[in-house]
Amino acid sequence: MKNWSLHIICLAAFILTTSCSDEESQLNQGYEPTPLALDIPPLFEQNIIPPVIPSNNPQTVEGVALGKKLFYDPILSGDQTQACASCHAPQNAFTDNTALSDGIDGNFGTRNSMPLFNLAWNYNERFAWDGKELSLERQALEPVQNPVEMHSNWDDVIDRLSTDTEYPELFRKAFNTTTITKELAAKALAQFERTLISSNSKFDNYLLGQATLTPEELNGLDVFMQESRGDCFHCHGNPNNPLWTDNIFHNNGLDATFTDLGLGGVTGDPSDNGKFKSPSIRNLAYTAPYMHDGRFATLEEVINHYSEGLQNSSTIDPLMKKVDEGGVQLSNQDKADLKAFLLTLSDPSFLTNPDFTN
Amino acid sequence: MKKMIALLIVLSISFVSCGEDNDDNIKASAKTTFNFSHDWDGTAISTLDFENTAYTNANGEAVTMTRLRYIISDVTFTKANGDNIVIDGYKLVDVTNGDLTYNPDIEIPTGVYTNVSFTYGLKHEKNIDGAYTDLNSASFNVPLAALGGGYHYMQFDGKYSNTTVTDAPFNYHNIRAVNPGMPPVFPNQETFINVDLGPAAISNNTTFEIKMNVAEWFKTPNTWDLNTLNQVLMPNANAQKLMNENGQNVFSLGSIN
Repeated sequence: MKNWSLHIICLAAFILTTSCSDEESQLNQGYEPTPLALDIPPLFEQNIIPPVIPSNNPQTVEGVALGKKLFYDPILSGDQTQACASCHAPQNAFTDNTALSDGIDGNFGTRNSMPLFNLAWNYNERFAWDGKELSLERQALEPVQNPVEMHSNWDDVIDRLSTDTEYPELFRKAFNTTTITKELAAKALAQFERTLISSNSKFDNYLLGQATLTPEELNGLDVFMQESRGDCFHCHGNPNNPLWTDNIFHNNGLDATFTDLGLGGVTGDPSDNGKFKSPSIRNLAYTAPYMHDGRFATLEEVINHYSEGLQNSSTIDPLMKKVDEGGVQLSNQDKADLKAFLLTLSDPSFLTNPDFTN
Repeated sequence: MKKMIALLIVLSISFVSCGEDNDDNIKASAKTTFNFSHDWDGTAISTLDFENTAYTNANGEAVTMTRLRYIISDVTFTKANGDNIVIDGYKLVDVTNGDLTYNPDIEIPTGVYTNVSFTYGLKHEKNIDGAYTDLNSASFNVPLAALGGGYHYMQFDGKYSNTTVTDAPFNYHNIRAVNPGMPPVFPNQETFINVDLGPAAISNNTTFEIKMNVAEWFKTPNTWDLNTLNQVLMPNANAQKLMNENGQNVFSLGSIN
């Protein structure tokens, strides 16, 4: 009798094991997510090296679709009221229009929400104003569990996603597994974010010979590029670099003393105190207010800062000109023309691209 | 049949002979590696010295470095008969971030060379505006319309202090405008430098140490006065000329291994 019991248990175990194996093999057999190449703009293709796409997270149609759904879904937040898009809205080039952003509990963070575009070309893969996130996948994990942002925890989020009527199938299609993890959710979000490419501004079309600039815009371009005038190009690039940022960290003379250490708070090196990532100057028409703490409400305030508002400090970047005079001392006409040029880098089609909007 | 046996013997000897050559490590060509080291009149500079260590320049100012990166190109191996083997390529040496090694893809024939040399910067014909995607990505360009185009040869930023100023900024940027304008508006004189390292015998993979004495940029033959030459040097033809003169003795050969 004991032998019979043992046989039955073994048989049951065998059947269970076989069933599991069958289920896994059904998942794996013959199915691969559909590869999706990034839509690289001609100016990017011609001028800069290829984007960074991790070998362990290739772009796929299903991964991007899942990432887009997650990006717009408040299911990621603690009380399910906020999505990534709450602070990274497409109509604002994937930032918001407040200096600081409030989380689900009404608490405000200390940094301005960064706009999201052309992220796959951030070659050093340091993300956020202070560079604390070392990949887009790692960055995507953080806001969900940040107590002043989405104030959730990933265990709860995974539970919600796993019992949802749609997500298990979407994860299966994206990653060929029914096991939902935060790492896979972050991978999907990163895939979607890498598709957010902005390259259809008036200035892009000017470079492609499809638009003309006004005399004011051309003078503004010269102010931007001349070392003896604005000298903006050393940090924010030039027509041969369509990113319009060097993607590295500078102290641009905002403060004489620091309440926010920026990169220095991450590296622990005092010589990095007060340094923040140079943001791209694309889409400035939609991304006010400006700077890491959103202190400047308008582009005029930004230009005035570099013209006569620089504050000296031990870590101010030597690329800042005429610090002892407060800045580069632009005329009112040059300031207006510089603003006119900067606005030519705004891309209205980016705000309404149906691939990016909900 | 005898012919077949003879052929097999010949082939066997040939294979054995080839094997013996390999055992002797006689190489027809070898890889070269170039490691760049930096010092201030003999005091080694590391990434930790940036923004931390103050050096005294020839004019007596205390200088701290924030950023130093430069291009070297066209490493050339010259044979006794005058023939040159040129490694057609360049390296952006980023001292600030510790990117100090150049590993050219191609191998060069082993042998004795009467001179090894390289170009600091880019020769005029290779300083092509926007031509190099990696340099564009590193924002190493010189804006075309505003400053004549092409690439920086060196970007050296820092601060200086003396009896009248404290931590004043300087941007020692060396360029050569691709389009200097007509009449020339931007520096159009030669600013790249041919650096001779001397003879070298290469029998195997070889690593060259190339040294830059950063202090020399401020020293010989022109004592650099940061009080007058500190910023906006890119469109300053005279400053570019002085940089070129001071750069002649900046580089030297360290070790060959």
